[in-house]
Amino acid sequence: MMIREVSTQEIIKVVKDLCIDANYNLGTDVLAAFDQAIENEKSETAREVLRELKENARIAREEKAPICQDCGLAVVFMEIGQDVHITGGDLKAAINEGVRQGYEEGYLRKSACNPITRKNTGDNTPAIIHLEIVPGDKIKLIVAPKGGGSENMSRVTMLTPAAGMEGVKDFVVNRVKESGSNPCPPTIIGIGVGGTFERSAMLAKKALLRTLGERNPDPELANIEKEIFARIEKLGIGPMGYGGTTTSLDVFLEMEPCHIASLPVAVNIQCHAARHKEAVI
Amino acid sequence: MSQQIRLTTPLTTDDVEKLRIGDKVLLNGVLFTGRDAAHKRLFDLIHDGKELPIDVKGQVIYYVGPTPAKPGKPIGSAGPTTSYRMDPYSPKLIELGLKGMIGKGNRSQAVIDAMKQFRAVYFGATGGAGALIAKRIKKAEIVAYPDLGPEAIRRLEVEDFPVTVINDTKGNDLFVEGISRYAQG
Ligand code: SF4
Repeated sequence: MMIREVSTQEIIKVVKDLCIDANYNLGTDVLAAFDQAIENEKSETAREVLRELKENARIAREEKAPICQDCGLAVVFMEIGQDVHITGGDLKAAINEGVRQGYEEGYLRKSACNPITRKNTGDNTPAIIHLEIVPGDKIKLIVAPKGGGSENMSRVTMLTPAAGMEGVKDFVVNRVKESGSNPCPPTIIGIGVGGTFERSAMLAKKALLRTLGERNPDPELANIEKEIFARIEKLGIGPMGYGGTTTSLDVFLEMEPCHIASLPVAVNIQCHAARHKEAVI
Repeated sequence: MSQQIRLTTPLTTDDVEKLRIGDKVLLNGVLFTGRDAAHKRLFDLIHDGKELPIDVKGQVIYYVGPTPAKPGKPIGSAGPTTSYRMDPYSPKLIELGLKGMIGKGNRSQAVIDAMKQFRAVYFGATGGAGALIAKRIKKAEIVAYPDLGPEAIRRLEVEDFPVTVINDTKGNDLFVEGISRYAQG
């Protein structure tokens, strides 16, 4: 087996470009979902908000401007093939350097700060880095900037096992209801069921990386996604919480085994500025 | 229920009394920006009986922390931030004559009561529509607290700045009424 070399210089460049691309260019799946929602939405006030979102995405793309002023914390997922050798220095330092350069050169807002003193770190680092070793000799990088408004509405809970799937559904729907207008609806809902406390949150976050419309391959879980989506639609929250029939654009659920004594559930709420871009080196 | 209205700041009591929840308003003239840190400073000045760096009478404050301006542009992307963080400070500013606030998300009952008592309104701007809103801002200059960076108080000149009335002077709330209209079961 040949070892493939990838330099940190290349990683810096790719991370930088992904930070900028993600912040300027909303995914085509989200744009298509806006179009669909404009057609189906019953409230005129809500349709006007959706039209603004569509127009906003067009202006951002054409003028190379951030979709939203909250350019988020830079969440970076990296899958490293086990036959890759990274050369030229510290990998995590390289990811952070890419974020630093991307947020500076892209005129993106830097939102990372000390949790208590609130002093801004000045360059949007440290990035939130998730590394995974996978088979192969490639590196896959995903940059998913995450805004504060929707992240603040996300929660993890440890249900009693007896609560079962009904308990999971109720927890998710209530969370969306209580979040109201705060996470900038229409939202995308990432749900992680199982694992441990932190694993459930990771599953919920990863679920948000799916393309809109992509169902869980397990038909039973796919049906639960649809059922939760239908219940959320009935909440009437609507775009920006002004009332309407478009509250979420999609619901993604991921499930893994957990401890016999637990039922961890995480809900990660993503706003309509659903930014994630990927590249393979 | 909704109408589209053009208004120019500073706003009068008459201007705001005509507004109803759900109305689409295009604001023209001047807006001042401010977020948590700037609000805290204004609040402390009021508490100490000192003069404020801006006269809030008839004015509208926009809760925003924009992205850095690209060369040749007055401002970067500039959508609203979540308003509840300003709730502890807003009633006092409304009492001093502030006529409007622009942000996203719910306000506290104390803020809603102050709007009713002293005749002011809360507008929502579309969260995440930062690039679109930036096009309606023609000029931006820092008028106080430059050390706060994106949180400094800026004076914005705006043209047809798009907002929706969320709380009017009668104590109505679009979040409550809009949602109850479309909620099922
Ligand atoms: S919740 Fe999302 S769309 Fe709304 S302001 Fe934050 S990042 Fe932007």
